[in-house]
Amino acid sequence: MLFLYILRRIAWSIPLLFAVSIIAFALISAPPGDYITSFAATLSESGDVVDQARLDAMRERYGLDQPFLVQYWHWISNAVQGDFGISFEWQQPVSTLIWERMSLSVTLALATLMFTWALALPIGIYSAVRKYSIGDYVVTAIGFLGLATPNFLFALVLMYIAVVYFGADVSGLFSDEYQDAPWSWAKLVDLAKHIWIPVIILGTSATASLVRIMRANLLDELHRPYVTTARAKGLSEWRLIMKYPVRIAINPFVSTIGWAFPQLISGAVITAVVLSLPTAGPLMLQALLAQDMYLAGAFILLLCCLSIIGMLVSDILLAVIDPRIRFR
Amino acid sequence: MPMNSKTETDPRALVQSPQDFASQWSLIWIAFRRHRLAMTGAIIVLMLYVVAAFSEFLAPFNPNATSAADVYHPPQMIRFIDRHDDGGWSVRPHVRSLTAERDKFTLKTTYIVNPDEKIYLQFFGKGDPYRLWGVIPMDRHFLTTADPSERFYMFGADRLGRDMLSRTIYGTRISMSIGLVGVTLSLALGLILGGVSGFYGGRVDMIIQRIVELVISLPTIPIWLGMSAALPQDWSPLTRYFAITVILSLVAWTELARVVRGRFLALRTEDFVTAARLDGCSRKRVIFRHMMPSMVSHIIASVTLAIPVMIIAETSLSFLGLGLTPPIISWGVLLKEAQNVRSIAQAPWLFIPGGAVFLAVLALNFLGDGLRDAADPYAQDTHQ
Amino acid sequence: MTAMAKTAATNSTVLELRNLITEFVTQRGTFRAVDDVSLELHAGKTLCVVGESGSGKSVMSRSILQIVDPPGRVTGGQALLHRHRTARGSDFDETIDLLQLDPKSKAIRNLRGRDIAMIFQEPMSSLSPVHRIGDQVGEAIRLHEAVSKKEARERTLELLRKVEIPNPGKAIDQFPFEFSGGMRQRAMIAMALACNPTVLIADEPTTALDVTIQAEILDLIRSIQDESDMAVMFITHDMGVVAEIADEIAVMRFGKVVETGDVYEIFEKPQHPYTQRLLNSVRELDHPSARRLEMRETRAIGEPILVSDGITKVFGSGKRWFGGEVKGFKAVNTANLELRKGENLGVVGESGSGKTTLGRCLQRVYEVTDGRVLYTNEAGQERDIAGLTEDQLAEPWRDIRTVFQDPFSSLNPRMTIGQIIGEPLVVEGKLTGQQIRDRVHELLELVGLPASAYMRYPHAFSGGQRQRVSIARAIAPNPRVIIADEATSALDVSIRTQVLDLLLDLQKRFDLSFILISHDIAVIRYFCDRIAVMYRGQIVETGDTETVCQKPQHAYTQSLLSAVPVADPRVRGQKQRVRYQEAT
Repeated sequence: MLFLYILRRIAWSIPLLFAVSIIAFALISAPPGDYITSFAATLSESGDVVDQARLDAMRERYGLDQPFLVQYWHWISNAVQGDFGISFEWQQPVSTLIWERMSLSVTLALATLMFTWALALPIGIYSAVRKYSIGDYVVTAIGFLGLATPNFLFALVLMYIAVVYFGADVSGLFSDEYQDAPWSWAKLVDLAKHIWIPVIILGTSATASLVRIMRANLLDELHRPYVTTARAKGLSEWRLIMKYPVRIAINPFVSTIGWAFPQLISGAVITAVVLSLPTAGPLMLQALLAQDMYLAGAFILLLCCLSIIGMLVSDILLAVIDPRIRFR
Repeated sequence: MPMNSKTETDPRALVQSPQDFASQWSLIWIAFRRHRLAMTGAIIVLMLYVVAAFSEFLAPFNPNATSAADVYHPPQMIRFIDRHDDGGWSVRPHVRSLTAERDKFTLKTTYIVNPDEKIYLQFFGKGDPYRLWGVIPMDRHFLTTADPSERFYMFGADRLGRDMLSRTIYGTRISMSIGLVGVTLSLALGLILGGVSGFYGGRVDMIIQRIVELVISLPTIPIWLGMSAALPQDWSPLTRYFAITVILSLVAWTELARVVRGRFLALRTEDFVTAARLDGCSRKRVIFRHMMPSMVSHIIASVTLAIPVMIIAETSLSFLGLGLTPPIISWGVLLKEAQNVRSIAQAPWLFIPGGAVFLAVLALNFLGDGLRDAADPYAQDTHQ
Repeated sequence: MTAMAKTAATNSTVLELRNLITEFVTQRGTFRAVDDVSLELHAGKTLCVVGESGSGKSVMSRSILQIVDPPGRVTGGQALLHRHRTARGSDFDETIDLLQLDPKSKAIRNLRGRDIAMIFQEPMSSLSPVHRIGDQVGEAIRLHEAVSKKEARERTLELLRKVEIPNPGKAIDQFPFEFSGGMRQRAMIAMALACNPTVLIADEPTTALDVTIQAEILDLIRSIQDESDMAVMFITHDMGVVAEIADEIAVMRFGKVVETGDVYEIFEKPQHPYTQRLLNSVRELDHPSARRLEMRETRAIGEPILVSDGITKVFGSGKRWFGGEVKGFKAVNTANLELRKGENLGVVGESGSGKTTLGRCLQRVYEVTDGRVLYTNEAGQERDIAGLTEDQLAEPWRDIRTVFQDPFSSLNPRMTIGQIIGEPLVVEGKLTGQQIRDRVHELLELVGLPASAYMRYPHAFSGGQRQRVSIARAIAPNPRVIIADEATSALDVSIRTQVLDLLLDLQKRFDLSFILISHDIAVIRYFCDRIAVMYRGQIVETGDTETVCQKPQHAYTQSLLSAVPVADPRVRGQKQRVRYQEAT
């Protein structure tokens, strides 16, 4: 049953991936003109002579003169083999540029997700069980503040406080000496020392909304008849809440991975720009602004894939913990 | 536990609430009024929209007027008690004048209070001419300097010496309206698609649900960025404003469609809807007379909660330089000035538009939460 | 009953409530749900607590173990558990006042589920949907006894066998939603019996079940009680069930116990006027209504006006996206039925028998998969309404009207009573605004509601009053046929007869014909001239109500009738229970 469900779910994400890849490609080829146009603009700005024949040759070499579907087919068939084309701006294969940044993005998102969960779960349970206590009000208030602050603003404020009051620079993920160093244990430790600031910045609003969801779900469940049944059995209040209502209230919580993970990844784009993190965000933004289409396309495609994988994982997890879903 | 046997008086029954004649809206109002936070939120939101509506009048100066002498001029406090040199005093709003001094070595400008000089302010005084809503020519401002050649900076000035107060007030108009217009667009999309999906069901429903699923699985910000980057650079500010609004609502309609469809499906199975059909109502009458009233309050609540999401999205996009761009003034455009640590360390008042975003989002969230809780006054309170 | 003999000599009171008070403190004030209740439970005996909805019986039962949901709180009285008088009791006096214990203390938790166990009304929502049956039953054992996991599983299997769950080895690892309602309730009972409790509190355990299943569950509880000397507190609103199983009765009303006593005494000589009224309305229901019989003498039943000619309704069939067909669920299978003019036709069946679907097909709310619905209108023209579109149905829908089951969901909470009743007239568009208002006021008077109801909203009315509004709406366009789907099921017994009598009065005045769909044989017997019995989508038997009730021909009808509890303790055990096994 479970196996079949997972198979069905995976089968469904294939057309989804396909649709997403078309959207990604359409997005990057949508701007009027192409990289060659903006390249020409840069050339003429700097006073160089623009040779139309050379531009046409470049267009042909990059296949930019072909119809949309041909270009798309060319792009996607190479992409599934790991070849995302060449970055015009860097004059390097896209694949050499993106993987380290993508992996740092994923690391950051996963760390934030853990942080969010570790915080949101107990706080949510607490504020539902002790509804209308002082603690609940404090949590609710902080939650609202977290929700109302855009991530980048929060990042800016933190940076401001760090610079003005502590004289510290909180941007980046590595200290200067590890910036370009190869991976080592020391570099990993250095990463751990830096990553918590973006984690807090990214995690706060996600935590706030998860706490609200958990609280609402659990409040719904706390007065269900099966809780009374368990209480009549003689279960202690604490074990009872953890075993029954929390177990059920956690279902929608698990499904939040589906949206929280992609949101973290995409939300990180802006924060990363502010904090100048060496993750996918800043490079993608740069590529988008410069119309470096293959680089931007690779990022958009990969971020979309991550979102879909996030949804897939959360759906499967949900089916594992809730028998009602897999029997449907 | 249902306690509704009123046929015989239950001696333990609590005094019946005098709401037997109350319509849906008065019941919602009664429930909403009890929600203090939501009421506060409602008042703040109302005030923000008043600011947005009359920004030309409320702003002391033209927001684009630069003043080379006042680069990064710090905020000044408005004082109302004016002490005269002879020891007497009168009530007259004024600010203390600041003079710029440039350090010869570091070339850093510092502002020093000039104790002798005061800049007097005047309510409803004459100032920069403007056209209210682009139509009515006026030159009165709510509060401006008594001498039109002087300037004061309640929220400080930016790197071109533009008045941040005026800019924030003008930004309110764009930021608050982009939320409203964007939500209207996504509501239209959501209502149509969600309504069609919920009403017809079956295969139509399935196709629309798949589309919704696809849109939800797209990571919003990269898509927004990609779409905004695709906008031609030579569009006029107004066109760009609408394009950005459309982009924001293209992604945001799914949540509203989900709410509408869910309500539709839930209502369709209600006996009173079947009863309306059997009463001979046309399809149109069933939807608009019998189903709509039960949905409107829920939709209003969801819309209210969708506006802050829009505002944050616009702010974020503009902040990155991919949303609205100068000469349009929005909170996001203003915050772009605060993008690097050096400028905010020098002029922390550049954060003030961020405070406005925060206030607006918070107030709208409170309001929306209150509305959502009050939206269904007939929901049975399960634990009495 | 050996247990009775064993304990008769000594004092057998195991649980004693003295002046129990439970209150709900809300913003609007304090509501006393249980008001000064004193009761005794005896070993090996069943005490039935009877009362209508809102009488506080359920809260009272939860107060004993202090598991009332907040804001409810036990504020006074005693609940004495005499542990020394139970099977496992010691020689010295061990009496515990349960209400003195902290509701969260270990002391009271040790008693919950071990000395006093409970089963609840909703067998679906009372079991956790995401835990296996074995886990939930075994937990009750492992909480109170130091046994290994393996041993607990053995004991759980034993318990499942005891409550007659087929194939316990498989059932133990299944989830509640894989069980039928009856099986879930058996699992609940297994859970309650896990530690051989002294007292079993059963809070409406059969209300949500079909009569045939109810009879099986009652048999089960009785046989378990015969084996042990468990005291049972059985909470119910159904006097038939009371007559079937009670040794003693306590009648509750408005939070107070108005009468207690031996089952025979109370059924024969009820003292309190409320008990008398309750018993009267129950007894009245089980017989043909005098009003109806009287009416039939003056006005004969006429020709058929609404005929179901081989109606079949299949849900959810269709083609898949990529070929292949989905086999739907056949809710109604070639049903042949006719309603004659001026007659009351009852359709009886258990949940899932297709009776509601049949009703909706007859009115063409659902499209019919196969068969004809023949309606003869006032002018005497016969028409097949099965093939009509929604626009063409306007006229038949004015003639054939409905009274819905749920008085809460059938009235739009956002419209005033006047608007609701007037809606069909407004849509018809023949009358002016003033004429419609006059007509609605006339209708209000007809159904016995005050004129002041016109401007009010449905939330101002009780279930019975709302059902009157629903009836007024149904008769507004001067219909000829009314289909009432479980129109009285959501109401208390005493209100049920009032509503049925109202319908009979209206029949007399306006020459109506009724189809009453119900699971309740008593209601059908009171109201209907003829009866059709449905089982799994098929009409298995039709005939004159009294004939069918007294001499059922079909085996299913026999089993159904034999399962219906009779509100008379003296006939207890005389009736032969028939179980119906469908020939496969």
